[in-house]
Amino acid sequence: MSTQPDPGTGQATDSYTLSVNGADREVTDAWIGESLLYVLRERLGLPGSKNACEQGECGSCSVLLDGALVASCCVMAADAAGSDVRTVEGLSPAGELTDVQRAFVEQGAVQCGFCIPGMIVAMHDLLDRRPDADELALREAISGNLCRCTGYGRIFAAFHAVKEERARART
Amino acid sequence: MLVARPTTLAGVFDALDELPDAHLLAGGTDLMVEVNFGHRQPPSVVALRRVEELRGYDVLADEVVLRAGVTWTEVEHDLVEVLPGLAAAARTVGSPQMRNAGTVGGNIGTASPAGDGLPVLGALDATVVLASRDGERRLPLAELITGVKQTVIAPGEVIREIRVPRLDGPQQFLKVGTRNAMVISIVVCGLAVDRAGRSVRLGLGSVAPRPLRATAAEEFIAGAIDWDAMTAPPDAVRRFGELAREAATPISDQRGTASFRRHAVGVVATRALTRSLAA
Repeated sequence: MSTQPDPGTGQATDSYTLSVNGADREVTDAWIGESLLYVLRERLGLPGSKNACEQGECGSCSVLLDGALVASCCVMAADAAGSDVRTVEGLSPAGELTDVQRAFVEQGAVQCGFCIPGMIVAMHDLLDRRPDADELALREAISGNLCRCTGYGRIFAAFHAVKEERARART
Repeated sequence: MLVARPTTLAGVFDALDELPDAHLLAGGTDLMVEVNFGHRQPPSVVALRRVEELRGYDVLADEVVLRAGVTWTEVEHDLVEVLPGLAAAARTVGSPQMRNAGTVGGNIGTASPAGDGLPVLGALDATVVLASRDGERRLPLAELITGVKQTVIAPGEVIREIRVPRLDGPQQFLKVGTRNAMVISIVVCGLAVDRAGRSVRLGLGSVAPRPLRATAAEEFIAGAIDWDAMTAPPDAVRRFGELAREAATPISDQRGTASFRRHAVGVVATRALTRSLAA
């Protein structure tokens, strides 16, 4: 992963506290250029957010920053101090699947799986904000989450399954 | 402390005094890509995300004041009625993830030839307000951006707000890329009609070192439009496209060739104008 200080000039370090999935996590003497993605994966032991493109193109590192869906590779970790960071690991209690994750399993929406954590975070974000979102809204909402295996069909099926399940639960 | 996170503009200037080499950080969607790829190693950073004076927007009677930190998501969702061209551009900036983080001020500060918002802001005659410890100065966008990723923003200065006149008339945004979403433009165009001023403004991006206005095309078509009927003869519409094409000075790069770009400028300019006229 390229998000590492250059040995010759990597003197610019800082220490700060991140709030990740409701817990305060200390980050000590980290190079200030480190992305939130790098810090989550390499310093805080949260490898759920995936690293693929490092340029905001693929969506596999999607997290919620103060409730907004962002690509964690494009967030400077030190600038996330004081903000609420929620990763795929924090969407449900440890060991349990969210309704979206369960639907992905049941609908066979996962092939290689690499894009799935980001996809799950993005789909939660959409359905939490817009419970009535239609498939067009979904297509736009995950337009920044690239999946090269599935062709998206079963991802859409999982979306409809969650939407219906949540609608039933509301009535 | 090498990453300052001020919450007020005064705090920004204090931080810039303390960290004179600092990079300004807004949404991070441009800077972090450069950092991730090792193209930039900021010695220190002043993060602007929390600065109260830089957040949100005001819709006034004759203009919209976009503060520098307004996100593309806010523009996309909140300003469809008052700035339809810019809202349409906002909807094509990156992905939802990019739009939630990326800001209008950042788009201007980065000054990429492919910045999606820039041709629209140019067409709308937006004024950029720069703030420093010593006060403020106002510049038209065209004077602020001097070349590829080059601006006249001085050390100690930050973009405070962008003042965008409200126009009565259709606005269009068209972008050519390899897919609808999540694409860096090959050609981008913003067109705004000012019915009261009887003018058509055409901003072009990705076809020159900095955003352009196709002034010859604008002047020509203003004289050819029947302003009461909002129509123009087909020949005049075609000529508008040709003049727009002549205004472009594109290069060939990995996204497209110069000749394709020139061709595409004619197509999008003609289409934007046609969509703005009565059928």
